[in-house]
Amino acid sequence: MIFKDHHIISMTSFSKDMIDHILETAEKMEPIALGKQKSDLLSGKVLAVLFFEPSTRTRMSFETAMFRLGGDVLNLGSVDASSIAKGETLADTIRVVDSYADAIVLRHPREGAAFLASEFSTVPILNAGDGAGHHPTQTLLDLYTIKRQSHLDGLKIALAGDLKYGRTVHSLCYALSLYGAQITMISPPELRMPEEIINDLENRGAKVTEVESIEEAISEVDVLYMTRIQKERFPDPAEYQKVANRLKITTDLLKDAKPELRIMHPLPRVNEIHPDVDDTVHACYFKQAFYGVPVRMALVALVLGAIE
Amino acid sequence: MGEEKELRVRRIKNGTVIDHITAGQALNVIKILGLPDASEGVVSILLNSPGEHGKKDVVKIENRELKVTEVDRIALIAPNATINIIRNFNVSQKKKVHIPEFMEGVIRCINPNCISNSNEPITSKFNVTVDDDRPKLRCTYCGRVISENIAKHLL
Repeated sequence: MIFKDHHIISMTSFSKDMIDHILETAEKMEPIALGKQKSDLLSGKVLAVLFFEPSTRTRMSFETAMFRLGGDVLNLGSVDASSIAKGETLADTIRVVDSYADAIVLRHPREGAAFLASEFSTVPILNAGDGAGHHPTQTLLDLYTIKRQSHLDGLKIALAGDLKYGRTVHSLCYALSLYGAQITMISPPELRMPEEIINDLENRGAKVTEVESIEEAISEVDVLYMTRIQKERFPDPAEYQKVANRLKITTDLLKDAKPELRIMHPLPRVNEIHPDVDDTVHACYFKQAFYGVPVRMALVALVLGAIE
Repeated sequence: MGEEKELRVRRIKNGTVIDHITAGQALNVIKILGLPDASEGVVSILLNSPGEHGKKDVVKIENRELKVTEVDRIALIAPNATINIIRNFNVSQKKKVHIPEFMEGVIRCINPNCISNSNEPITSKFNVTVDDDRPKLRCTYCGRVISENIAKHLL
């Protein structure tokens, strides 16, 4: 499978075979990501990291991925101190930076920014989030976490929280539909998964059910994917509190869970997962954050053509 | 009646007649085609003209033969329009418009946060599909879909 010079913009352009290949490659990268093996696979290569919005995990895991493979990172640094503050367009920034680097990681507040970048860039663009649009590397690391900590085929998964606006869950659901997953949506009525997406998922082979509380689904599922509910979605703070309390995972709730249940969260969490849950066998959100490294190592190495 | 019609819309010697435009859309057709700037000839517009299937609009452009690809763009707002190329008072070609699969620089994306609505050196782009005879435009940049009131979003 040839990934060389491909832009990674959205999950919609990935087939199941392509996803499987990336996940298999990531698995080979894991000992290097853990520092158990050394690699100079990307020695002499430069990755430009352009973050027009704040990020901790995504930016750092891309940088770590590059360092672990012996490559170098070129960081845009603060937007305020760069030409962007002077009004430079993204198109111009990309045309300049692509002559300094072998690939560009981009996070931008506007939807479609990564696609625009791919129109102007002569090197691969890796989308690290474009506004409320796509964040394909997050989806790939979520899939990798499910593969490593549970199983992708025949998966029963519940997604809880803000399913209306959360781009992470939308894109994860589309990818899971390729594996014929059984998906349970847990959300308050005001944050339900859009009808159009549910129809799409069912047409693509996923089995979807909707419930309003975690209790209704916890005993059945292999994976519970929690997301943060944003306060600003609710005009009434009391209403927010009510909803937030209902979608909270505690050790008490986990008594009904299968022993092999895995709990995931893209982080940062607020209070939707009680800290006591961290010490249970079910918690795998910190592992999930680590898995961002081997997955991004695989992606960078593949688009740079260092491996096939 | 024939005489009355003659008075309302003069026949043109050479040029293009766009007939069967959805009533009320002629001015939007003019806008999409970039008229009158795109033509030095006389452009006549007929609104709410009685036709066999109810009211319609008609646009006549003198001394300019529009290309089919140029005119297909109006299919989004006037899917039943026909293009008549007139040479020496006769219809030399008659074609229906077809909704194009791809559209560039005609419609503005409805997502205010789409990168195509910023100061970047690009024009809007849409992939067009037809659902229940109605065009559906998906922004190539942000993926947002426009399926209603398309004329409202003309650039």
